[in-house]
Amino acid sequence: MSESAAAGPIAAARSERWLGRTLLGLAFCGPLVAVFLALVLYPIFYMVYMGLDWDIYDAIFDDPIFIQTLWNTAIFVGVAVNAKMFLALILSGLFSVQDRFSRVLSGLFLLPWAIPSLPGILAFRWMLNGQWGIANKILNDLGFEGYPWLVRRPTALAAAIVYHIWKYLPFWTLIFVAGRRSIPKELYEAGEIDGTAPLQKFRYITFPMLRNLYMICSLLSMVFSLGDFVIIRIMTGGAPGDSSHVLATLAYRYAFQMGNVDWAVGTFMTALPITLLFIFILMRWVK
Amino acid sequence: MRLRGWRRIAFYGVCTALLVWTVFPVYYMVMLSLVSWEDLFKPRLYVLNPTFENYLQTFTQSNYFVSRFWVQLWNSVSIALVTTAAVLVIGTLGSYALARIRFRGSRAIQNMTLFTYIIPSSFLSIPFFKLMADYDLIGTRLAVILVMITFTSPYAVWILWDYGKTIPPDIDEAAAIDGAGPLAVFFRIYLPLILPPMVAIATYAFLYSWNEYLYAVLFLSGEKNITVPVAMGNFLATDDAPWNILMTVSVLYSIPPVIFYYCFRRHLVSGLVSGAVTGV
Repeated sequence: MSESAAAGPIAAARSERWLGRTLLGLAFCGPLVAVFLALVLYPIFYMVYMGLDWDIYDAIFDDPIFIQTLWNTAIFVGVAVNAKMFLALILSGLFSVQDRFSRVLSGLFLLPWAIPSLPGILAFRWMLNGQWGIANKILNDLGFEGYPWLVRRPTALAAAIVYHIWKYLPFWTLIFVAGRRSIPKELYEAGEIDGTAPLQKFRYITFPMLRNLYMICSLLSMVFSLGDFVIIRIMTGGAPGDSSHVLATLAYRYAFQMGNVDWAVGTFMTALPITLLFIFILMRWVK
Repeated sequence: MRLRGWRRIAFYGVCTALLVWTVFPVYYMVMLSLVSWEDLFKPRLYVLNPTFENYLQTFTQSNYFVSRFWVQLWNSVSIALVTTAAVLVIGTLGSYALARIRFRGSRAIQNMTLFTYIIPSSFLSIPFFKLMADYDLIGTRLAVILVMITFTSPYAVWILWDYGKTIPPDIDEAAAIDGAGPLAVFFRIYLPLILPPMVAIATYAFLYSWNEYLYAVLFLSGEKNITVPVAMGNFLATDDAPWNILMTVSVLYSIPPVIFYYCFRRHLVSGLVSGAVTGV
């Protein structure tokens, strides 16, 4: 009895402090939470609410362009991200070699990452122009025939993939360079004593140590790329004949060029489950 | 690690290929900006008769396609500046709470920032458009700014919080004993200490909004109201677009980010990298 009477005021004081701290913390986070509620949570619920109409999905799954767009997005994200990550992992080894040339290169190597998307995509677009592009000019000089790169679906998608790799390879390479630096040197020294060949070092030391980082980066990059709008929009505009769209460019076309907002919502809603799944896997890993 | 023999040759071969691959599109863009209208249609690897005519036309707005260049540049700058200022306020306040105050709900706030950072921004474009239409904000820079704040503040909070955690808690406690309230601690102690990552965050927020295309296209229209990238996209609406002038605008538009990246490279990379590497 006397114990609880004594504990009462202390517990009360403690909970009061706790409450004060909580209010203080929430006050400092106020703007952040307000932005989240009004500009993230509300739009998501709004979209889900608009997307609850099953007729939308009946309609868009009947549209061959929509089905093709799903494939395009899968190809774009799957090929571009994985090729880029693999190259970045290999190249990060190149930058670990101490050499004046590689130091100069690592400075210039950042250029694609620093330049905004539009100028880079436009430069690629003009280089691949069927009539006046430098790509076909070089082919002609070498005795080959030119090719209408951006006017055929496979090469149009390939151009988007190549641009994506050009633009984002430097960034992820830097991440892996940092990842390699955090591997304890002793592991390699031990390997050296055992006479491990360079390829075996990669296989048994570098890759196992970088595997988690590699998986997280790949998944993160895939989620980011799922929503990519600007590359296809500027590189091909969906041409030829709406055959090279990805989710975001098709949704834009549905909503703002055909005035069919429901279909645009349906497009994003179709990709939302897998996107949310990826996001939740990532959030568990990063924690 | 030192390389010898054929490995050395292979190393230099790969480096050279990488150099050409990286630099060539940029070189070509700069080159095209120096080419006259006639030479544009005779593709070459170098400029035969370099001319600054395209730059002159852009600066004096004497070509139809760049007739509002300076206003559009100002639109880009103002959106980026306001976003940066807002993100610094939201980010420093939020990161202070997460890094220095132990409170109920902080876990949920961490989760929601991470979630917002990861979700692809275009997925919210349709509801955002509806939302801005409901509040009659279509056509205003405020609409773009609000969206930019939404997508840049999570990363800002994340990085500042990461840095703020490393400041020893004794400093706050000592200040509290001296009678400083939380606001005084925030302004006098916390802010000066997190200045280095704030530079990185400001750069990040500025460049994110400077580079934004989708939401600028969605919300802005009319030659006087659009930003530079939207104007560049509009070149493609016609078949006879002057690509040499388009490349000139491209070069001019790329200069600020390139300068920023190279000045703050260490800050940007270390911020991004520490987030990614420690996250493993």
